[in-house]
Amino acid sequence: MGPLVVNEIITENANLFLAFLIGIGFGFVLEVNGFSSSRRLAGMFYGYDTTVLKVFFTGAIVAAVGLLFMSLFNWIDLSYIYINPTYLWSSLGGGVIMGAGFILGGYCPGTSVCAASIGKLDAMAFLGGIVIGIFIFIEGFPMWEGFYNAKFLGSPLLSDIFGTSRGLITFLIILVALGMFWVGEWAEKHFARDDYKLNQK
Amino acid sequence: MNPYLGGVLLGLVLILAFWVSGRGLGASGAVKSAVVAGVDLVAPGHAENTAYYKDYHESHPSPLKSWLVLEMLGVLVGGFLSGAIAGRLKFRVEKSPKITNKTRIIFAVIGGIFFGFGSQLGRGCTSGSALTGMAVLSLSGFLSMAAIFGTAFALAYFARKLWI
Repeated sequence: MGPLVVNEIITENANLFLAFLIGIGFGFVLEVNGFSSSRRLAGMFYGYDTTVLKVFFTGAIVAAVGLLFMSLFNWIDLSYIYINPTYLWSSLGGGVIMGAGFILGGYCPGTSVCAASIGKLDAMAFLGGIVIGIFIFIEGFPMWEGFYNAKFLGSPLLSDIFGTSRGLITFLIILVALGMFWVGEWAEKHFARDDYKLNQK
Repeated sequence: MNPYLGGVLLGLVLILAFWVSGRGLGASGAVKSAVVAGVDLVAPGHAENTAYYKDYHESHPSPLKSWLVLEMLGVLVGGFLSGAIAGRLKFRVEKSPKITNKTRIIFAVIGGIFFGFGSQLGRGCTSGSALTGMAVLSLSGFLSMAAIFGTAFALAYFARKLWI
């Protein structure tokens, strides 16, 4: 049955309209969880607020388990789901540069749009920076094209790498996530700050 | 909201995207579409003569009529609605009490430049590469996640004055 657009159950224009509605849900969930706050986002890296860790990993494992269940009941054909390709060096290099941007700027692209929507001026400045960064990447592309396309490994899943089932890998990821949640809860008590209020009440 | 409940809601939105469109959530791709559309408008000759823009137009005939652009417009609306309901709509700069607004804005722009560049090199940001990639168990999703969060942790000490 799913994905609806791939199986031509809905038209391309309906797909775009639903993208808008899905975006509303995404933006609402980000904001209601306080992802519009750069101090909350940065808090994960100092331990005083690990909400991001909890929301982010709960979201990832709920989606991973949900996809497996839906495929079990034939509600979705996983072979039609887009899998991000792996280019080893640019994946890691891009991630390192993004990590530096995260700790300096306090947002990622999605959360900066969410924060800008409620009037955060630092988020608007961050968004302006993203525009500049993408423009630099495009204009200078011939300089890093080789690195960008190096070490292409196809689109492997973790289960392919370890030669096991998607179900077992998902189960192990859930265990790892539970361990991280425990560390997060501990850190919030240990690194609590007087000048910062949790849950931005 | 309880963060674990919040995470479940985020997961459900992500599943909905997979079920409807066969793809996950994203963010930086929409900004890239806007950048390309902007260059088309301001310097059409440059866009026609540069390989990167030509390739992009071949795969995206009209850059702004894309899934990610509409999704991000939705994020603006959804974030605004949540902020309005909770009474959080206000023009302000958020920062550590130890730094000035000017310092915060300068570092926000620098951080944005890094993130924008890195998102293109890494073929997606925290949403499209890390979150979505992890949900489908892709190797690149876990690599992105580890590189982004690992680097931010490693540099946290040096950037501490910005936040604590």
